[in-house]
Amino acid sequence: MSKPSGQRSKGVNGWLLSTPALVLLLLAASGPLLIVAAYSVMEKGDYSGVRWVLSGEGWFRVLFERDIFDQTVSLADANLSIFWRSVKLSIATTLITFFLGLPTAWFIATRPASSRAFWLFLITIPFWTNLLIRTFAIMEVIRNQGILNTALMKSGLISEPIQILYTDTAVLIGMAYVYLPLMVLPLYAAVDRFDFKLIEAGYDLYASRWQILRRVILPIIKPGIIAGSILVFIPSLGAYVTPRVLGGGKNMMIGNFIELQFGQGQNWPLGAALSTVLLLVVLVSLVVYTRVSSRDNQDG
Amino acid sequence: MNTNVAVDAQNVGKIYGIGNSAVTALGDVSLSIQKGEFFTLLGPSGCGKTTLLRCIAGFETPTSGAIHLSGRDITHTPPNARPVNTVFQSYALFPHLTVAQNVGFGLKMLGKPADEVTKSVARVLALVKLEEFADRFPQQLSGGQQQRVALARALAPEPEVLLLDEPLSALDLKLRKEMQSELKRLQTETGITFIFVTHDQEEALTMSDRIGVMSRGALLQVGTPHEIYENPADRFVADFIGETNFLEGTVADGKVRIGTGDVLDVALKVQTGAVTLAIRPEQVSIVPTGSGIAAKITETTYMGTDTHYTLALDDGSDIVARVQSNTTQAHKVGDAVAIRIGTVQVLQS
Ligand SMILES: Nc1ncnc2c1ncn2[C@@H]1O[C@H](COP(=O)(O)OP(=O)(O)OP(=O)(O)O)[C@@H](O)[C@H]1O
Ligand SMILES: [Mg+2]
Repeated sequence: MSKPSGQRSKGVNGWLLSTPALVLLLLAASGPLLIVAAYSVMEKGDYSGVRWVLSGEGWFRVLFERDIFDQTVSLADANLSIFWRSVKLSIATTLITFFLGLPTAWFIATRPASSRAFWLFLITIPFWTNLLIRTFAIMEVIRNQGILNTALMKSGLISEPIQILYTDTAVLIGMAYVYLPLMVLPLYAAVDRFDFKLIEAGYDLYASRWQILRRVILPIIKPGIIAGSILVFIPSLGAYVTPRVLGGGKNMMIGNFIELQFGQGQNWPLGAALSTVLLLVVLVSLVVYTRVSSRDNQDG
Repeated sequence: MNTNVAVDAQNVGKIYGIGNSAVTALGDVSLSIQKGEFFTLLGPSGCGKTTLLRCIAGFETPTSGAIHLSGRDITHTPPNARPVNTVFQSYALFPHLTVAQNVGFGLKMLGKPADEVTKSVARVLALVKLEEFADRFPQQLSGGQQQRVALARALAPEPEVLLLDEPLSALDLKLRKEMQSELKRLQTETGITFIFVTHDQEEALTMSDRIGVMSRGALLQVGTPHEIYENPADRFVADFIGETNFLEGTVADGKVRIGTGDVLDVALKVQTGAVTLAIRPEQVSIVPTGSGIAAKITETTYMGTDTHYTLALDDGSDIVARVQSNTTQAHKVGDAVAIRIGTVQVLQS
């Protein structure tokens, strides 16, 4: 069957009309990425910037370092520990937001329909506030003379303030706080679609509460869990402000490390290569997510 | 206690909510259901059928009274510890599990070994004729097939009692008839006690060993379909089960005089006072004028094998007669005829 010509020309028109937007999008989205990728394979400039000479040094320095005296190659332990800390903190953030987010999403989804919008609004309020301000607010809570330590000391539970600020714990608290909404919203969407009769069905069929959670609820809301985890994991991995403010200068994550290369470190090719690595990790996560969720849609 | 009793409800009451918003869903229901019985709870919407079923399943705890299962008090036993399974009206099949996994869920939760689960699942799937669908997911099945999966899932753990809350209401008429006989067959083959909820009186009459008729949280009458149909305890039951004409009358000299002045010769339990006569449409026959109670035809409805005539009596009351279409020549609206009344139930008014 041939399509009516009107419809086809409409399709062509559609493409034509969106051409300027597409060109802009391609340039704006991929242009900077291409520049980053190009910089990563060039030679480092004397102070900053790059020299237009092809070089693998940027990529080499992601994982390795050369001894200044005898040029022996060894793994760059400092880099590895930063990568490891970033991944560890991001996974921990994802887990914390999941364990806090699931009960929250469940709570909202089981409220009367009229009050759900209110609870969702409360969850999204932090989004409307500047990230830096939110991070400094957390700092105010956890610093040595902050709200938490003052309260604990006044109540006599501790005599010395607990050093939380400028530790990995502080970074974790900050990231969990900042990214919690990104976990709650997709979880809420999944729980909201969940048929609560299935819990009764499971309970009727001799399942314990734990078995209902593991065998009925979690598998059914899995797409929401995956979506939330990716939405939290990706920005956590590239976090810059939170580790900078709450972790101090020493507890760097990849984001801070990249910034360092473009600033004080004066090694743009390495910074560009690190950025590309980060981007690739994000892309792989997204591909995995799409695969898993589309398979889910096929069989249930 | 009688060992043949599967479910015994004693003075079960259920009140939802508290204070001003409290709703009495069950008044004071006492009921004994025999082992291997096909028992139907019948009643209009909101009369408390689901509530009673949920109390038996364990999803609700009665506010008062007790429920025994084979002699054990299960009033406060959680659902996962009761050998009772439910077929939900919405089926509530697990969307992430295949048909076979759905059916095996209960056995798996009971901790049965995998090979035993596989065997039982195959047997139950054969019972509901779904063998070839074992590896499909619920949303790849038709409504009728999903219904069978729900049935198979509830039957697989071989419960003492199977609860079915309007399981057929989502099916179209033909499928519904098919599933009715299917259910009856499954009940006979498995010997499991079925407690079936419906608000369809025809379904209740054709399928049940016994029926409990409910209204506003109370059990009005329990009996075999025959007893309930032929000998309704009160006006509500008579009206709810099948079509019924009601005529007001007064008892005098062992006979009943109706509004038109005509006297009917019926079996009476009372000797004086006002009574209500419940007359099934098929007990009303149309005869030539003069040989019965004078009546005028006001409406005719052709129903295929039967024709329904609505007749007005002299005192203004209406009565419906159901007559086989082919045995009478059709009467027209406005015809003056007479009626004769066969079996009559006398109810206290
Ligand atoms: N969870 C609840 N909270 C408050 N009231 C309820 C609740 N469940 C049921 N009711 C009320 O209890 C009464 C009996 O309800 P039930 O669901 O048992 O009726 P039913 O006979 O099953 O009706 P239907 O044929 O419509 O399913 C109704 O008035 C209903 O509004
Ligand atoms: Mg109901």
